[in-house]
Amino acid sequence: MKKITIALLILCLTPFSVLASESGMPLDRAPVDITDNASLQRGAESFVNYCLTCHGASYMRYNRHRDIGFTNEEILNKLVFTGQKVGDLMQSAMRKKEGEEWFGVVPPDLSVIARARGADWLYTYLRAFYRDDATHTGWNNLVFDRVAMPHVLYQLQGEQKLIVKTSDKGEQKSLALVKPGQLSAAEYDKFVGDLVNYLVYLGEPHASERKKLGIEVMIFLLGMLVLSYALKKEYWKDIH
Amino acid sequence: MSNLFNSMIAWIDKRFPLTSNWKAHLSEYYAPKNFNFWYFFGSLALLVLVNQLLTGIFLTMNYKPDASQAFASVEYIMRDVDYGWLIRYMHSTGASMFFVVVYLHMFRGMMYGSYRKPRELLWLIGMVIFFVLMSLAFTGYILPWGQMSYWGAQVIVSMFGAIPSIGEILQQWLLGDFTLSDAALNRFFAYHVVTLPLVLLVLVFVHILALHETGSNNPDGIEIKENKNPANGIPVDGIPFHPYYTVKDIVGVVVFLIVFCGIIFFAPEMGGYFLEYNNFIPANTLQTPDHIAPVWYFTPYYSMLRAVTVNFLGVDAKLWGVILMAGSVVIFCFLPWLDRSPVKSIRYKGPYFKVALTLFVISFFVLGWLGTKSPTPLYTLLAQIFTVIYFAFFILMPWYSKIDKTKPEPKRLKE
Repeated sequence: MKKITIALLILCLTPFSVLASESGMPLDRAPVDITDNASLQRGAESFVNYCLTCHGASYMRYNRHRDIGFTNEEILNKLVFTGQKVGDLMQSAMRKKEGEEWFGVVPPDLSVIARARGADWLYTYLRAFYRDDATHTGWNNLVFDRVAMPHVLYQLQGEQKLIVKTSDKGEQKSLALVKPGQLSAAEYDKFVGDLVNYLVYLGEPHASERKKLGIEVMIFLLGMLVLSYALKKEYWKDIH
Repeated sequence: MSNLFNSMIAWIDKRFPLTSNWKAHLSEYYAPKNFNFWYFFGSLALLVLVNQLLTGIFLTMNYKPDASQAFASVEYIMRDVDYGWLIRYMHSTGASMFFVVVYLHMFRGMMYGSYRKPRELLWLIGMVIFFVLMSLAFTGYILPWGQMSYWGAQVIVSMFGAIPSIGEILQQWLLGDFTLSDAALNRFFAYHVVTLPLVLLVLVFVHILALHETGSNNPDGIEIKENKNPANGIPVDGIPFHPYYTVKDIVGVVVFLIVFCGIIFFAPEMGGYFLEYNNFIPANTLQTPDHIAPVWYFTPYYSMLRAVTVNFLGVDAKLWGVILMAGSVVIFCFLPWLDRSPVKSIRYKGPYFKVALTLFVISFFVLGWLGTKSPTPLYTLLAQIFTVIYFAFFILMPWYSKIDKTKPEPKRLKE
C-alpha cells in the first residue's frame, strides 16, 4: 500500500516531460538570467530599436522598466521614440494593415512570445537566418521554415548560407557565415542573448518578484508545519 | 466575559440552530480514528474550492469576456493589477490542483470501498460534483482566449455535433452562433462565474450532509456505528471530528500549501501542463495549431475520444469516440452496484481486485500521457489497448470481485 502511495505521489507531482522543438532542430541553450539588470537594459534598448518598429509589445507599459533599473527619464530617452508618455503601452510603430501588405501576415505581438516559444527557441531562431533566393524576402530560417520576417539583424550578424551534407544518417543542415557583419560571432551571440533575456523578462515582468516572495512564503509555511504538527501531536496523545 | 459569550450563544440558539449544528457536524460528529493520508483530500478539495471562489472574484473584476479584449485583459491582470499575477496563478494552479485532489479523493473511495452500501448516494452526489467540476474547468479554460482555449473548445463543442440528428442544432444552441465566437465566450463566462459555481456549492453542501448522515468510511471498510458504547451511544472507534480531525487537517493543509505555493511561485506553468505554452498565443480562428492537446486532467478521456478509428455496428467512429469518452466518466456512477465483494476495503480484498485496480491506475496514466501526444499508429494502438483495460476494470468487476479470495474483516478498527 505504501509503495502505491509513493508511486502515485511521484506521478502526480513531477512534470512528465519536456517539450522539444517542433522542427526537430536541436535548440541552443539561451543564457537567461532575469536578475541581470545590465543585460535586460541592453536587451530592452535593442528591442525598441530593432523589434518595436514592426512588432508590438502592447501588453507592456514603458514605465514598468523601472523594475529593471531605468529611471522615468532614462525610459523616455532610451526607449520611447514616438512621443508617447511613459505610462503608455509599447505599441508598434507600424499599422496592422501595412504589416499585412508588406509581409503577408501581421507581425505577432511579442509581449508573451517567450512564454509561447521558449527562450531557447528564440535564441536559436534569431541566430539561424540564412540567404535563400527562393523566398520573397531573400531570407529563410533553419528553425522556422519560410518565415515571413526578413533577417532584421543582418547588418550585425552578417550573411549566413545553408550547407546541406547528405550521409547515410540522412540530411544534416548547418550554417556558415559568408559575409561578416558589424559584430563578431561571439558579440552577436551576446547581443541576441541579451535580447532573448529581455524577451523572457517581457513575458512575465513579475517573475523575479514572484520567486522572491515565494521564498518568504515557503519559510512561513515550514514554520507553520512545525507548529501545526506539534498542535496535532498534543491533541492526539490521548488517542490509541 | 464567558458569561456574556454564553448568553450570546443562548440568544442565537433560540433563533438559529447554532450549537446543535456545531455539535452534529463538528464536535459530536464521530469519525473513525484510523483515517490515514488518503483522508486529507476531501477537506483539501474544500480548501481549493474556497481558493477558486475568492481568486475568481478578483479575476472577474479585471477580466473582459470579449473576444477582442479577453487575452489582453488577462495580461493586464498579470502586469498592471496589484498582485494580479499572484491571483491569476492561484486560480490557474488551483484549477489543476482541484483535479489532483479530487482524483486522489476518488481513488481513496475506490480503494476502501467508500461507494458501497450505505454510501451509494454520497458517491453519486460526488460524481455529479465531478461532472460540474469538469464543466467549470472547460468553461474556465476558454476565458483567456488563447490558441488552446479556442481550439480545445472547438474540439469539445464539435463532440456535440457528432450526436445524430440533433447534434448540429444542439451545437448552435450551445454556442449562440454558427461558430465558436464572442457569443460563446460571453455565455461560457456566465456559466463559469455564476451558474456552475452556484450548482457546485449546493452540491458540495449536499455531499457533506449525506456524508454526515451515513458517517465516514475508513481504511478498514467496517462500520464503526455497529459497535457503540452502550453507556453513551458513541461509536467505540469514533473520535469527535473537532478537535481531532480539524487539527490533523491543518497539518494536511500546510503540507498541501507547500506543494501548491511551490508551483505558484516557482513553476506556475508546471512545464506546460498547468498553463500550456500555446495558450500564450492569442486565439486565431484561421490558424489551427499543429497539435491540439487539452489540459492534463482531461487527457485520459481525450485519448479515448481519439481511440476509435473505424466505424462499426453502423455507428460513426467519431460518435463512438464521444460515447466512449462520456462512458468512461459516467461508468464511475455504477461502481456501488458493480462491486460484489463481501468486503469493502482493499485491505481485505483478494489479489484479483488489487491487480485490477493497479491495471486501472496504469491505464489511466498511460491514457493521460497519450492524450498529450500527437497520434501515431503505435500511440493509437496503445490508446485502444488501454481503453479496453480501463473499461474492463468496471465491466468485469461483478465477476472478479465475487470470486476473489477475500480476508475476513476485523470487528474493530486496526491501528
